[in-house]
Order: sequence, then C-alpha cells, then structure tokens
Amino acid sequence: MKGEKKKRIIKIIKIDVDKCTGCRACELICSAFHAAPRYSSNNPARSRIRVIHEPLRDIYIPVYAGDYAAAECTARDKYTIDGKEYEECAFCRASCPSREIFKEPDSGLPLKCDMCESDPPLIEPMCVQWCLDDALTYEEREEEGEEEEKIEEIEIGLESLANKHGWQKIMDIVARMSKKG
Amino acid sequence: MRFAETGFNLEVDLTRGNIEREATDPKLTALYLGGLGTNAKILWDRVPPEVEPFSPDNLLIFSTGLLVGTPAVGCNRTIVSTFSPQTLLMAYSMMGGFWAPELKYAGYDKLIIHGKSPDLVYLWINNDKVEIRDASHLQGKGATETAELIRQELKEPKAQVASIGLAGENRVYFASIEQGRSSASRGGIGAVMGDKGLKAIAVRGTNDVNIARPDEFIELCNEALEYIKVRRENPIPGVMPILAGLGSPQEMAIHDEKWHTENFAWGNSRHRRKGFWNEEIEKQWTDTMENYRTRLISCHNCPMKCGATISIPGFPTYMMKCFSKLTYAMAAMSDLEFGLRIAQSATEYGMDGFTAPQVMAFALELYEAGILTDKDMPGMPSDNEGRFYWLLDKIVRREGIGDVLANGTYWAAKEIGNGAEEYAHNNIKKHEQLPLKLGMLNPIYFLMYSTGEKINITQIEGNFPQAPFATREEREEFVKDWIQVPDEKFKKWFLDWELRGENSIPYYPTVEATCEIVDWQEKMHYIDDATGMCAGLSSFPLKPPYHIHNLPTLISAATGMDLDESGLTQIAKRIRNLVRAVNIRRGMRRKDEKPPEDHWKKRFPELETKLLDEYYKFKGWNEQGIPTRESLHELGLDYVSEDFLQRGILTDVEGSPSEKASTEK
Repeated sequence: MKGEKKKRIIKIIKIDVDKCTGCRACELICSAFHAAPRYSSNNPARSRIRVIHEPLRDIYIPVYAGDYAAAECTARDKYTIDGKEYEECAFCRASCPSREIFKEPDSGLPLKCDMCESDPPLIEPMCVQWCLDDALTYEEREEEGEEEEKIEEIEIGLESLANKHGWQKIMDIVARMSKKG
Repeated sequence: MRFAETGFNLEVDLTRGNIEREATDPKLTALYLGGLGTNAKILWDRVPPEVEPFSPDNLLIFSTGLLVGTPAVGCNRTIVSTFSPQTLLMAYSMMGGFWAPELKYAGYDKLIIHGKSPDLVYLWINNDKVEIRDASHLQGKGATETAELIRQELKEPKAQVASIGLAGENRVYFASIEQGRSSASRGGIGAVMGDKGLKAIAVRGTNDVNIARPDEFIELCNEALEYIKVRRENPIPGVMPILAGLGSPQEMAIHDEKWHTENFAWGNSRHRRKGFWNEEIEKQWTDTMENYRTRLISCHNCPMKCGATISIPGFPTYMMKCFSKLTYAMAAMSDLEFGLRIAQSATEYGMDGFTAPQVMAFALELYEAGILTDKDMPGMPSDNEGRFYWLLDKIVRREGIGDVLANGTYWAAKEIGNGAEEYAHNNIKKHEQLPLKLGMLNPIYFLMYSTGEKINITQIEGNFPQAPFATREEREEFVKDWIQVPDEKFKKWFLDWELRGENSIPYYPTVEATCEIVDWQEKMHYIDDATGMCAGLSSFPLKPPYHIHNLPTLISAATGMDLDESGLTQIAKRIRNLVRAVNIRRGMRRKDEKPPEDHWKKRFPELETKLLDEYYKFKGWNEQGIPTRESLHELGLDYVSEDFLQRGILTDVEGSPSEKASTEK
C-alpha cells in the first residue's frame, strides 16, 4: 500500500473580499439548500457560510464552516491588511465554543460546509451560483497524492487515549467495535 | 403552519411598557397580503381620523413584506406606516437593508408600536426575548452612531438596528428612520418615532421562514436571478445610463450627472443650469466620488449595488444611496464635495435627503427676499455652504428660526407669513417634491403626481418609459422583448408615442391610455409594497425581473395561496382603495390632488380636469376621488362604505353615491 499514488478532486471556493457587497445571499441560499425537504425553509443562522461584516470599517469576509473544534484557541492572531485590523477569529472556519456561528441555532450542533454535495451533483455550490459579483468563484483541481498510512499518528492518538481512559477501556471498545464490523 | 409569514405580530405599548406577541388571522393575508396592505388595515381599524400624529394613540408600524426572509431575490423591504405630522395623512415610507428579514427570522411579521414612553428608550428584540431598555445615554447621538453603540452594549454584532438621530428626537417633520445603509425618510416618520420616545429598535432572529412549495418557488427565484444577469449584459439603449439597468438609479456607480444637474432645478427648486456639466466639472465630481466611495454595497439578498460606503477623511464613515448624492449640492448651489460632506451630518441627524435641503434653500430665498432678516438669522455665516451648515444645526435643534423651519416649507411659510407662501412652491399635499421644473405638461406624470398617495414621484413611476423614444425603429426594438406589459395595448401606445406632433404630450397618450398606464405602474408598486419586494427590481425600472405575469406564481409558491393575475390585481386594488379610504377619512379630497403649480410651464386646465375626472371614474371613485359604494363592495370593503355613510363622506342615494362637499371642486 505504501507509496501508491492516488488521484483526487480538490474543490476550491475562491473568495475575493474586495468584490463582496455584503448582500448575504450566500447565507440565505445555503440555509435553504440544506433545509429538509430542500428549500422548504430559510434561516441564515443555519448557514454554513457567514459574511463577517463591519460596514463602517469596510470589512466583508465570507467564511465557510470548517471542522468542529471542541476547545477554544489559547492563542489567537490579529491580522492587519491594507490598514484594516481584523478581529481575532475573522478568518477562522471552525465551529468552536468561543463563538456562536456555524452551529445549529436550536441544537447547538456544529455545521460544516459540504460544498452542496448532492445527487446529481450541482455544477457549483449554491452560494457560488447566487453570488453574481464573483466574490465567490468555484474551481476544481485534480491532485495526485500519496495515500500514506500514517501509523505513527494512530499510535500517538491511541496512546493519548489510553493515558486518559486506561488501556483496558480502549481494548474493550476496540473489541466491541471490531465485532460490529 | 404559516408559509412565508410567521403569523405573529409584536405589539409594544410604550406607555405601559407592555409587550405582547399576537397571532394574526390568515384571512387578512388572503385579502391584503402583508406589508402595506395589512398595515393599512390596522391603521383603518385602530386609528380613528381624530387621532393626531403626535398622539399616543397614533400607531407606528414596522412591517416586513409578505415574501421578506425567503430567497425571493431583492425582497427585503421594511414598510413603516403611521400618520405624518407634515401631511397629516398616512405616511408609508419604506427602507431596504437588513432589518425586515431579521425581524421575520426573530418570529414576527410586524412590530406595532403604540403609546409613548416618558423617557427615551430602545427596543431589543432577540427572538422570543423582547426588552424595553433605557436609552438616556443615547440621547442626542447620531443615528449610525446609535446603532453601533447598541450593538456594542448588547455584544451582538449581528443585530440589525433602526434608529433616529437628533432630528427625530426633536420631532423635526422631515426626520428619517435610519438603518445603516438604508433609511425610511419620507413623511416625517422619524418624528413620530421620536415623539414616542423610541430611539432605536435592535433585532436579532434565528428562526426559520417556511416555504409552501419549495421546488416551484426556488425555480422562480433562479429564473429571476438569470434574468437579472441578462439585463446586466443588456442595458436598455436610448435611455440615460441611470435608467438603462435595474435597481434604483445607480447614482453611486455612475459619474455622468449631466442629466440631473442640467434638468433638475438648483437652489429652492428654481434654477435650471443648461450647460453646467462640462469636462472640468465631470473630472472634479468623478474624483470626489472615487476618492470618498470605498465600496458599492447591497441590501439583503440582492445582487444590485445601489448603495455605497462613503469615507471622507476627518469625518465618520456613512452609507448613502440614490439621489441624496446631489440634493444638498444642488440646493446649496455648490458641488459634490460639499454635498457628500453635509450629507454625513444630515444622515447622523437622521433627516430626509429630499426635504431637508429644500427647506434650507427655501429659508435662504426668504432671507434674500427680505422676508426673513438678520434678526431671524443671528450669527448666520455669509457663504452659502456655511449657511447650510448653520441652518441644518438650527433646524435639528429647533432653535430660533430653526424651530419654524423644522415643520417643513408648507407650515413654516404659513407661520412666517408676509408672502412666504409663494416660496413654498414645490409641495404636493404639504410635502416637498423632487426639484423638477419642466416645460410641457405630461399627462402620465400629471396623474401620478396628483393622485399618488406615496406623495413621492420616484416611488410611483415605473415600468412605462418616462419619455418617448426618438425613432419608430428604436421603439420597435424596445417592445420586442417587453414581456412585462399586462396587455399588448401598452406596446401600441408606446410605439405610437412621438416626441413631437399629434402623438406627443400633452394629448398623447390619450386620456384613456394615460389612465391605464398610470394604473398599471401604480398597481405594481402596491404589490411590491405588500410583498416587500424592492421597487428597484420590480415596479421602478424598465423591464424588471418581476412583473404581473410571474408575481402571482411567486407569491403562490411561497405562501400556498391560490393566486392568479386577476386575483393579485384584485388584491392590489383592494389595498390601493383602503389606503385611499384611510386618507379620505382624514379629509383628503380632489382639491389636494394636484402637482406644484409651477411644475410645468405649459399647463392645460381643461385637459387636466378631464384627466382627473376620467381617472377617478376608471378607479371607481366619485368626482371627489372617494371610492364609491359599488367599488368598495366589489372589493369586499363594505366596512369602509359603512363608515363613510356614517360620517357623511358618502351619502345613501340610489344609483351612484353623491358627495356632500362636491362644491369644493
């Protein structure tokens, strides 16, 4: 297995903050697309994209929901770009305890952008389709990468779990889970 | 389940500090849709004509439109309705921006304010949690400044805030309600908000807005978006750039101001300056705009960019749109640099960008004529621009002559006397109009100006071209893809409409055609004002994405209502008549329905009488402009005619109802 090359499609949404007009159509259509049944309800608070905006400071940043982070960062960055200082979490995609966004408003469960995966697939994610000013554009790229089995990482992970819960518990869980499947 | 709407209104009594969430009757939606329609019904039912605008019994209603909060592109309007201290009639100024969608996501279709708070307060609506909070620390603060301070103290950057500035607090009759990049400014509704002791309303909402038939609905939204793309690529040839595309006139994006600066009147709506726009001025004004405009910006879920952020070094940043770009500059006989600077102060004070500059120019004209003297203007600077700043301050603070001027030109002229009335020359129904003074009477505009209850031409005119195209070829080209017309006959009228000769204004379009053209344009505005659709994508521009053929299905798919073209037309008619009924009950009659005396140089009294007679008949109104019993009955508005009979506004005579006060004509 080791060293085998594998092709995969990388999906990219390119964000041009200079072109954003702050209309938030991306938020609205995202929430509609992900409603069940599809388009049956609208609520930007459920959106997986949020426009971080401070009109008086001319700040408009569309940000996509990324991975869930269980803990807040202990250290943060502050960016100054073109003389505009951005909030510490401005560019961060995480759904995390330090802020309200990217969580279902009623359950608090984390949200994550799935590029509008659907069957049949869309030409572009809905937010991109609804952004007529091209602040959001879509690209696909084929990448070749080595599918390495990162044994070391698994070992490190298991060890830390064992340190926390004890080896016996981990073994029991592994035994039970492997039976299932 | 309710679709597109929430089914709840928020009732806030500021006298008692009482807050209620009231379920609404779905039958009212079927009859009046929402927005302006249901606002008019509430004002009819709950505010008798004796109630003064500054009475605690006057209501101030902030309504979302029926389709606000859905993906219907460009549907984001807040329709504010109350009674105007200036016109004493119903005012229903509106604003775009983000406030109405947020209110709907918070779970309410309308916020209805009654009573009066003894101390300055603000409202904080956070989904189900609604608080009346102390605003004494915000007293005198600017409108934009207030919104920022409230977001900070609530620690809620996503709250949308509608607020008033000092003008509203001091009940200036042309005070606006500001909302960051948008404002509801006509009719003095900011003064009513100030009178109620309400500085601001902050809203945050995280609930769902449901759609009845999602697949059908989203397809219609996508179609609208596609059509907008097509219109972007294909501006209409033969009309000036600001009218060639969609949206409100693209004043923030387009630099060519030849048309406005040479065709609109400067000063107190007096001077036409032919040849004003030259290369030097074009360069200077373009530089000014390019230097100060940091970004073109949009309202909620709309691809148009009608607004802009304006940052002038040394001044706080503010946001602007449309024609307020030029109103101060032209009233003060100055330039764009001055216009953008003073608009910053005026926006923070919260003032109507149409009326405020005209009031100031009016005062300066009175001063030049010796009707106002140095005694009235102590300490006024000698230069025009300095005088404008001086007057702005006096008016907003209601100090000295400012206290008189703060009531607008109509009331100020009455109070000043000594011939001042002649100078308050640009009003309709006591309300200042765009500074336009033209040559030949235009029959379409004559009727819109006279009978429009929004009392503001840019919010009445619409889908029919403002002027004929020069050649038949151009006209034929225009009608080729004119799918928006309700009927083919509109194409014929446009094709035959010439710049000169027999088929030109004032006698063409004919009286009959004029009635239909005005009725069509007005109908589209009434539908928009009920759904919350921005006129800029619907009733205002040429060839918009929304029109009478697709709006019924759009509303049906969103709400589940059963609606076709004739059904929607009937609802629009019902709303139109109810708004008229509200004003008729407050005394509005034919004598009030006229454009400014000097709007056109060439007037045609006989034709004008005929136009008004025929239009009233066409609308089902009697010769005083009062809806007849038959037409009210046909619209299911019998409760209106009963009230009219009781008050003697209509009399119970067999056949056509007559009118007591018909001698007033």
